[in-house]
Amino acid sequence: MSTATTSLTRRSNRFAYVFIAPAALCFALFLAVPILYAIFISFRRETVVGLGLGEGGRTEIWAGLGNYTAVLSDPEFLASAGRVLLYGCVLVPVMLGLALLFALLLDSRRARVRRFARIAIFLPYAVPAVISSVLWGFLYLPGTSPFHHTADALGGGLPDILSPSLVLLAIANIGIWGGTGFNMVVLYTSLKSVPSELYEAATLDGCDEVQIATRIKIPMILPSLIMTAVFSIIATLQVFAEPMLLRPLTSSISTTWSPLMRIYRDAFIQNDIYIASAGSVLVALATFVISFGFLRLVRGQAFAQEER
Amino acid sequence: MSRASSPRLTRSTSRRWFLTTGAALTGTALAGPALAGCGGTTADEPVELTFWTWAPEIEEVVDLWNQQNPDVQVVVSRQDAGDAAVTKLLTAVRAKNGAPDLVQVEYQAITSLVSADAIADISEGLAPQTRDHFAEGIWSSVNLQADSVYAIPQDTGPLQFYYRADVFEELGLSAPVTWDDYAEAARVINAADPDMYLGTFSNADPGLFPGLAQQAGASWWEIDGERWSVAIDEEPTQRVAQFWGELVEEGVIDNEPMYTPQWNAALNDGTQVGWVSAAWAPGVLAGNAGTTAGSWQMAPIPQWDTGESATGNWGGSTTAVTTQTPHREAAVRFAEWLNTSAEAVQALVNESGVFPADQIEAEQALAEPPEFFAHQGDFYELSTSNAETVRPFTFGPNVNVTYSLFNDAFARAAQSRSAQAFTEAITTLQEGTIADLENQGYVLS
Repeated sequence: MSTATTSLTRRSNRFAYVFIAPAALCFALFLAVPILYAIFISFRRETVVGLGLGEGGRTEIWAGLGNYTAVLSDPEFLASAGRVLLYGCVLVPVMLGLALLFALLLDSRRARVRRFARIAIFLPYAVPAVISSVLWGFLYLPGTSPFHHTADALGGGLPDILSPSLVLLAIANIGIWGGTGFNMVVLYTSLKSVPSELYEAATLDGCDEVQIATRIKIPMILPSLIMTAVFSIIATLQVFAEPMLLRPLTSSISTTWSPLMRIYRDAFIQNDIYIASAGSVLVALATFVISFGFLRLVRGQAFAQEER
Repeated sequence: MSRASSPRLTRSTSRRWFLTTGAALTGTALAGPALAGCGGTTADEPVELTFWTWAPEIEEVVDLWNQQNPDVQVVVSRQDAGDAAVTKLLTAVRAKNGAPDLVQVEYQAITSLVSADAIADISEGLAPQTRDHFAEGIWSSVNLQADSVYAIPQDTGPLQFYYRADVFEELGLSAPVTWDDYAEAARVINAADPDMYLGTFSNADPGLFPGLAQQAGASWWEIDGERWSVAIDEEPTQRVAQFWGELVEEGVIDNEPMYTPQWNAALNDGTQVGWVSAAWAPGVLAGNAGTTAGSWQMAPIPQWDTGESATGNWGGSTTAVTTQTPHREAAVRFAEWLNTSAEAVQALVNESGVFPADQIEAEQALAEPPEFFAHQGDFYELSTSNAETVRPFTFGPNVNVTYSLFNDAFARAAQSRSAQAFTEAITTLQEGTIADLENQGYVLS
């Protein structure tokens, strides 16, 4: 009896390996190996002999931590990190605030045309960032923007949102426009799973809609809020498409506006994959530290329900 | 060169990206059998050459070759222009797999590609008369050191001046002969209408500014024996930066980038009435300022001193042979045919709309003016004589670094609208370029 069970276990273990093999293989080939390779080349660099022309003009050597110190000591890299943090401070609260507001409004008993509103708010998420950036670019440029044309016709003038002091808001706006809908759907779905008895009880106790929202709904969906916040923070650190596509339209966005833009420039414009790899590793580390730091900070709330 | 290698035009759409990626996949697929077959090439087996290029309709030109040369068949693999193709080629060379036999290369990328051992010295297999087809200034870009030749010029972009003849006439202006005249015209135009500008200083187009510096006598890099030297922060370039900085500071030249929807709108609605551009500009103007057809005129670029005639170059490209090809001889033959034979040059002009670098065959090919300048019968005659006055200029091994420094330094300068910031940006360029070269291990002279 006991031997039969062991052999069965052993056999099912063997099957388990067969089943996870494709996933493990894909993970190794397309994720683990490239990551390890990137880490490897982030410690390498090329050096030049003489004029550096033709065969043998360049050789690859160990760089030690040289690439890392080069990235970290570059004031532009730190400035780009600062810009992105500021961008996140604008984007995450506004986007999640709007998403939460819309979700609560849709969930309130008095909401009308719910289906339509839900789709209308979600729709921008379905527009790829590349396209939305181009669209917004046209709307921002004073020469092509209907807003500017209307304002001029009415005798007023709009500030140029692509000027250096405001361009961060222009980029954040595209992110908010595109991201609010997705986060709203996540929050709305989680609102739907709150048992309705709670609302009945609250109403009996004399709560109005606003009190139900702040005292019951928001605390109940806190884990979802935290999850959307983590995802938004990660997306913030990796902002790339929007500033990249707005850059040709204005001189306010440098080639190193965000850390990922700098990595792109290093790898694909300046063809220095070594320093680009070092930059990538640093951004990945920062993403880990900040997301896990945030999770740790709010761990009590996030997993309170699961532990209970 | 043509609209095609005007750097910005081809960069804009993501659709192109998909097309390129598609083309790349097909290209690799095609290159596979070509490489596999090469080991034991026998006389009967046709050689197959893969050619990475982005010139429009180049397939038509290549077909002419394929019909006449059954033993050497060229397969076009369409690429995205400029930096994207360079990055891809470098990756393929590094991987020692997937590189084409022939590749279209912009002038400023030649040195970087030679430095990465991606394109080959083809001087040995070159026909002796090939060199005679090209102007001195252009040949110097492919003939980097001693006798080495790394590519064959295809098309060029001699700088010239485009202006709205109707607006000039209305304001009693004539085409500026010197840069002083240009500045004066800019003032008159802006005074007539504060929204109207003779031009814009764009930080987004690092190709134009070196051309302007080249006209003034600069060569940003030089080979000095076995060492490179960098000469950006010197009188000619400083003079050019000071000139444009003052005009921007004065507010008579705009400071917005070119090749934006806003710039297109300004060309169309007549608030941008001039453009210092290259011989390939008619294609851009036809596409971006279609409503103003018939009112543009082209003149030689304004000069620093009366009586001088010098210009710079913006854009243009060459055909290079990669170091990875097993068929170097056949590839060189094709590259020569493509850029120096009468029929190919004619076809490049007709099909791809390029302004050819070849001077001997070009005369016949360029008999008719471009469509957008149909009213200016001597358009190409004038462009050809401009091309002869292009001053020599050497591109160094880190042009891309300098160009992105240009983007950022001049973005700040243009924003600040101060002439001092313009000349300071030149210093930033010089220092950044040197720091990068030293960091790469170059010993500078």
